[in-house]
Amino acid sequence: MSKKIGDVILDLQNISLRFGGVKALTDISFDVREHEIRAIIGPNGAGKSSMLNVINGVYHPQEGRIFWHGQERKNMEPHMAAQQNIARTFQNIALFKGMTVLDNIMTGRITKMKANFIEHALWFGRAKKEELEHRKKVEEVIDFLEIQHIRKTPVNRLPYGLQKRVELGRALAAEPSMLLLDEPMAGMNVEEKQDMCRFILDVNDQFGTTIVLIEHDMGVVMDISDRVVVLDYGKKIGDGEPDEVKNNEDVIKAYLGAGH
Amino acid sequence: MNFFLEVLIGGLLSGVMYALVALGFVMIYKASGVFNFAQGAMVYLAALSVVGCIEKGAPLWLAIILAFGIMTLFGIATEKFVLRKLVNQPPIALFMATIGLAFFIEGVAPMIFGSDPRALELGIVDEPIPWVLDNWNMVISKFDLVAAGVAGVLVATLALFFQYTRVGRALRAVADDHQAALSIGIPLQHIWAIVWGVAGFVALVAGMMWGARNGVQFALTFTALKALPVLILGGFTSVPGAIVGGLIIGASEKLAEIYIPPVMQNMFGGNFGGIEGWFPYVLALLFLLVRPEGLFGEKHIDRV
Amino acid sequence: MLYREAGQFKTTYAADQQIFPIRQDRIGIIALLVVAFIGVPLFASEYWFSAILIPFLIFALAAIGLNVLTGYAGQLSLGSAAFMAVGAYAAYNFQLRIEGIPILVSFVLAGLTAAGVGILFGLPSLRIKGFYLAVATLAAQFFIVWCLTKFPWLSNNSSSGVISTQKLIFFGHELTTPVEKYLLVLSVVVVLALAAKNMVRSSTGRAWMAVRDMDVAASVIGIKLMPTKLLAFAVSSFYCGVAGAMYAFCYLGSVEPDGFSLEMSFKILFMIIIGGVGSIMGSFLGAAFILLLPIFLDVALPFVADLFGLPFASATVSHIQITVFGALIMFFLIVEPHGLARLWQIAKEKLRLWPFPH
Ligand SMILES: Nc1ncnc2c1ncn2[C@@H]1O[C@H](COP(=O)(O)OP(=O)(O)OP(=O)(O)O)[C@@H](O)[C@H]1O
Ligand SMILES: [Mg+2]
Repeated sequence: MSKKIGDVILDLQNISLRFGGVKALTDISFDVREHEIRAIIGPNGAGKSSMLNVINGVYHPQEGRIFWHGQERKNMEPHMAAQQNIARTFQNIALFKGMTVLDNIMTGRITKMKANFIEHALWFGRAKKEELEHRKKVEEVIDFLEIQHIRKTPVNRLPYGLQKRVELGRALAAEPSMLLLDEPMAGMNVEEKQDMCRFILDVNDQFGTTIVLIEHDMGVVMDISDRVVVLDYGKKIGDGEPDEVKNNEDVIKAYLGAGH
Repeated sequence: MNFFLEVLIGGLLSGVMYALVALGFVMIYKASGVFNFAQGAMVYLAALSVVGCIEKGAPLWLAIILAFGIMTLFGIATEKFVLRKLVNQPPIALFMATIGLAFFIEGVAPMIFGSDPRALELGIVDEPIPWVLDNWNMVISKFDLVAAGVAGVLVATLALFFQYTRVGRALRAVADDHQAALSIGIPLQHIWAIVWGVAGFVALVAGMMWGARNGVQFALTFTALKALPVLILGGFTSVPGAIVGGLIIGASEKLAEIYIPPVMQNMFGGNFGGIEGWFPYVLALLFLLVRPEGLFGEKHIDRV
Repeated sequence: MLYREAGQFKTTYAADQQIFPIRQDRIGIIALLVVAFIGVPLFASEYWFSAILIPFLIFALAAIGLNVLTGYAGQLSLGSAAFMAVGAYAAYNFQLRIEGIPILVSFVLAGLTAAGVGILFGLPSLRIKGFYLAVATLAAQFFIVWCLTKFPWLSNNSSSGVISTQKLIFFGHELTTPVEKYLLVLSVVVVLALAAKNMVRSSTGRAWMAVRDMDVAASVIGIKLMPTKLLAFAVSSFYCGVAGAMYAFCYLGSVEPDGFSLEMSFKILFMIIIGGVGSIMGSFLGAAFILLLPIFLDVALPFVADLFGLPFASATVSHIQITVFGALIMFFLIVEPHGLARLWQIAKEKLRLWPFPH
């Protein structure tokens, strides 16, 4: 890969997260560098999704500090992450089921649209202009993901693989600087996986987007990621480049132990 | 002081009556996740069935058994023809369907059993208990006390039923996890039918108590409106929540009715009675703002 | 092939994003408006105006209001009638207390007042969802009606809160005939319906629907839940408020708080369930259906009973009405959760293919 990996842009220090008695994350520290593809792996229930949720403010860790571009973040709410240009997809598809593909992706650009509801109601001023401008951007995303043919289809009528792709589209529409992907290839067949890999690499390549990726498919992870964090039972047991991690004793044990 | 106590006890006792209706909601919600707005209409239907059967010449005991039969059939039909068809719909759609169900019952029941208000004689009179009146100078209704006793027995029965019968355990399992329930070997649909049967039974008890107290009439459907704030307070899934919520609502409502209107009258002039229509709701709402998970609910963070 | 999209290729996004992208729809709407504004006033009878058309339009407006909140933003409300009451009493008080205030201004202010109250009762939606919220809206229903009954100032000291509305003066001309009132109501409803349609097809509407469909995802995308929900409450209550003001001023002329009952709130809810949850047009279809059904039953039932020689009590009519309402609600939720609006759409699609069904 010819891309240039930059400085640390996200730094998590000593994060601990509990749900009642369940310790989802225990004292975890790791960082993410600009333009890299950073994978988080681990057995089921290891705390991977929780980690993403901490990064974009859906869950609030009881302990630990988070630095974004060197600045400490406090009292993070999810919508603030969006304002800081962090976008994500979800493990269980979280599309807006009652809306079309186009509307779902348009919604991805909502923080960039400034017209207020009165302008919308009267359809004047910025309202109309914005709608057209952003439509153009959204069409670019649609072209990029090759989903032109389902533009006007309600998302709940789409097969699973396409829904995942639309969800990626919604995240991309925000032109994020960092993209969090929670098992983007789960439940896909080989061909769909290949497509998805290609999209992820292209995004990283063409737009320089930093990517944090959770994935169970080891082949994929080792192939496309620059660095890997390994979690097990909420603890970090490995961190480094794919080859390093692959040969880490603890990691091998955790994976064998969990029956992988 | 005596007066305060009298109002408080009266309120607690009527709270038990609210809890009686709230229990029916909790039953169905626990087992099938349906918020059954028709519970009030079911109370009405149950009470009407009892007086209807008595009018046709049945003795009280037989009327009760027949009414129970009607409620059970009704429950099974509801499950089979309405809820089963809505399984994969969002909960709000199910809720709206039960509003439709409520209207349906409110239309059909009086067509079958007649719509004019009637009395239901259970042989308990609604008069002050002489002993309390003499010694404490408080008016505590004999009927309310009996109703409270009946509610207590009902709750105990339900608790035993849940704890010690196979069906009861299955019901609890369904509440936690549908898959687990299947492994007990009772089809989910049977379980739902049973739940509606049990809810029908609870409605029958509530209907008889309310009907005996206020007469069997359309206004019985409003018992649901009394039970809703109780549910908000106690949580939709908690039997103890329904009881405690009922007591809190009952007591505070009666106390508020006595003590708030005069204050408002001083402030604004005019007559400010009749606050019991909204007071429980506002109370429950204020409570929710402080504790959204209800009295007994656990704090819940959406999983994504 | 009367109704065809084929051949109408959109060459610009602007063309694709028109309010009615299909030409036949545009023609249809214009035709409908011409009929409503010119045809109907020429031919309809007084009864039609005052007993059917005016209440139809007013309830359609209230249904749009509820649809914004429940259908688009996903916050179930059982208190629409109470917000209509706020609108009715607010308009009355603005007319009463501000010398010479134009009627339309007082309608707008009434809507804004209702919006304010709506925001207040929408606050719990920030912490509670679903049924809890539905129950919370009942608080609005009961509390508002009680206030209007008990605070004499609100009804200018009339007994039990009954108010008789002031004259409808429109640019110096008093509107007295049903036709004039109808035209006023129609104009207001058309303007507000278009505004609603514009809101729901723009990012305001998308934010509402996003919150409705998946609130966590919505907030992760950058939608602030609090303002989005409260805006839905405000807009919804505004619509209900204006509807309430017109209900008092243009329809009944004299109203009491108890008239804005829970029953009426349910009726409005039924309109959107049957008409189409999340559809502006559905709000009109639903309002028409719910208003016409009782009239139809009133006429049809005695006739049917007569035919079969059955005894017939007029109380039975109301029971049958309630039963039919209940049954229809369940039927639509089971068979066509998107209501009449969806059926209409399906019909159009069929028509589009006609006469070649492939
Ligand atoms: N919202 C929540 N409420 C309660 N417990 C939670 C919540 N979210 C996660 N947990 C718990 O935290 C732990 C970690 O869960 P998490 O979803 O992060 O795991 P994961 O690594 O993503 O697993 P999987 O591979 O199955 O997706 C689990 O024990 C889970 O039950
Ligand atoms: Mg996960």
